[in-house]
Amino acid sequence: MTTIQRISPNRRFKDRLVQFLVYLSFAIAVVPLVAVLWMVIKNGLARFDLEFLTHSMRNIGATDAGGGAYHAIVGTLEQVLLASVISVPIGLLTAIYLVEYGQGTRLSRAISFFVDVMTGIPSVVSGLFILAFWILVLGFSFSGFAGALALSILMMPTVVRSAEEMLLLVPNDLREASYALGVPKWRTITKVVLPTSFSGIATGVMLAIARVAGETAPLLLTVFFTDSINTDPFSGPQMGLPLFVFDQATRPTDTAIDRAWAGALTLILIVMLLNLAARLIGWWRSPAKGR
Amino acid sequence: MGQQIQVSGLDAYYGKHKAIADISMTIEPQSITAFIGPSGCGKSTFLRTLNRMHEVIPGARVEGKVLLDGEDLYAPDVEPVAVRRMIGMVFQRPNPFPTMSIYENVAAGLRLNGKHSKSNLDGIVETSLKSSNLWNEVKDRLNKPGAGLSGGQQQRLCIARAIAVKPEVLLMDEPCSALDPISTLAIEDLMAELKNQFTIIIVTHNMQQAARVSDRTAFFNLSGQGQPGHVVEMDDTSRIFTNPSQKATEDYITGRFG
Repeated sequence: MTTIQRISPNRRFKDRLVQFLVYLSFAIAVVPLVAVLWMVIKNGLARFDLEFLTHSMRNIGATDAGGGAYHAIVGTLEQVLLASVISVPIGLLTAIYLVEYGQGTRLSRAISFFVDVMTGIPSVVSGLFILAFWILVLGFSFSGFAGALALSILMMPTVVRSAEEMLLLVPNDLREASYALGVPKWRTITKVVLPTSFSGIATGVMLAIARVAGETAPLLLTVFFTDSINTDPFSGPQMGLPLFVFDQATRPTDTAIDRAWAGALTLILIVMLLNLAARLIGWWRSPAKGR
Repeated sequence: MGQQIQVSGLDAYYGKHKAIADISMTIEPQSITAFIGPSGCGKSTFLRTLNRMHEVIPGARVEGKVLLDGEDLYAPDVEPVAVRRMIGMVFQRPNPFPTMSIYENVAAGLRLNGKHSKSNLDGIVETSLKSSNLWNEVKDRLNKPGAGLSGGQQQRLCIARAIAVKPEVLLMDEPCSALDPISTLAIEDLMAELKNQFTIIIVTHNMQQAARVSDRTAFFNLSGQGQPGHVVEMDDTSRIFTNPSQKATEDYITGRFG
């Protein structure tokens, strides 16, 4: 008669050890995240008030307290919105081409390659490119829009890659089911494939936005600095939150340092709100909701 | 309703590989025709050439003629999309659209192909679900997702979706292979009812099923590995299963090979 083998002490020990290592690495990975959040919240709350959210830095002297980031918040929101308006349609259409039309063709392989190359572009280079091309060669002035162009260069590959992944996840069965009903390819894509992958694509877009919202270098070279409110992203220098943080943090007074922390906190909150919005949209559109 | 299909000299390729060779047959209207044969012999490929779904696969192409009521489906000016509206298809695995409710799934073919009034759609959805024997089970939850149904119900939902566009012909590619015996029986009963309205073609690995439901049966086979599949013989189902004229058919249905 055979007896069922018992777990040996040796195996039990290895199991515990590996379990411990997994928890440990998780804890180590979380430390920086928690530390950053804690620092930003602790230091940012000092100046995170109504004045900060509603006033600009205009006529605030070098050592004055007060002032705020309203001009930077407006700038960041407009720049990120414009960057999304440029890069999301282009990125999404590229992904649709790669998955639905170009499979295996030479053009799609070339596009894939260049998307990979674009993913690796350092953010300062995209800023330099817009500075050289848009501002120096074409002669446009510094503006929020120039900043948005630089940001959209950074956003596009992220949007393409995440949308491509999501479109590839849509089972081929669904496309065939739609074709078999006599639905043309483009309607299959717009009515079956895209809705099925909608929440995934929305999440990908939000991650891309979160990535560029905090970029400083491309803005530094394209939107310039200003202490005043400029709601027109198409003319004149504009501010952005990352620039605001950068600017304030390099000033020598404590009041400026406090403003920098509050600016960082605002930036994190904006990105978090966008993420939350994406989750809500994803949940609202999710097919499993009504089950 | 239900039209005759005549196939003559049909070859189908995947890139350079020839998957089926020189198939000719006549499929009678308002009857059930079964395709049987070993795996990889081209039954499904042939089925997919009948509604021009074969060419959806990159590199796949077809040579030869398929006449639906005398009209060549492969004539140069024929729109594949229009062919598929006339020749519906049910797949091996149930594939309801996951983002759509039961109602929207059935209405999908009509909605995605143009405008329809709400009352018109309501009527078609109801009759389609009734003809697929699903109405009583789902009438109180038409707005719930189709993916929440059981496998057998999902497959009947897919049949309802296919017949909602009022095709002439219904192609079924192993529609019961992922289902339990009770759901299989439900679908076989359904096929017997639907045959009054449609020409039905079914690919099946289950020979009892072919014998039970079909009027005529075609036996497909390969001459060897890598060779294209072909039709060994096609005859009334009762003859194929009792007195086939070819040795290969007899060997296959008695289980001596395959």
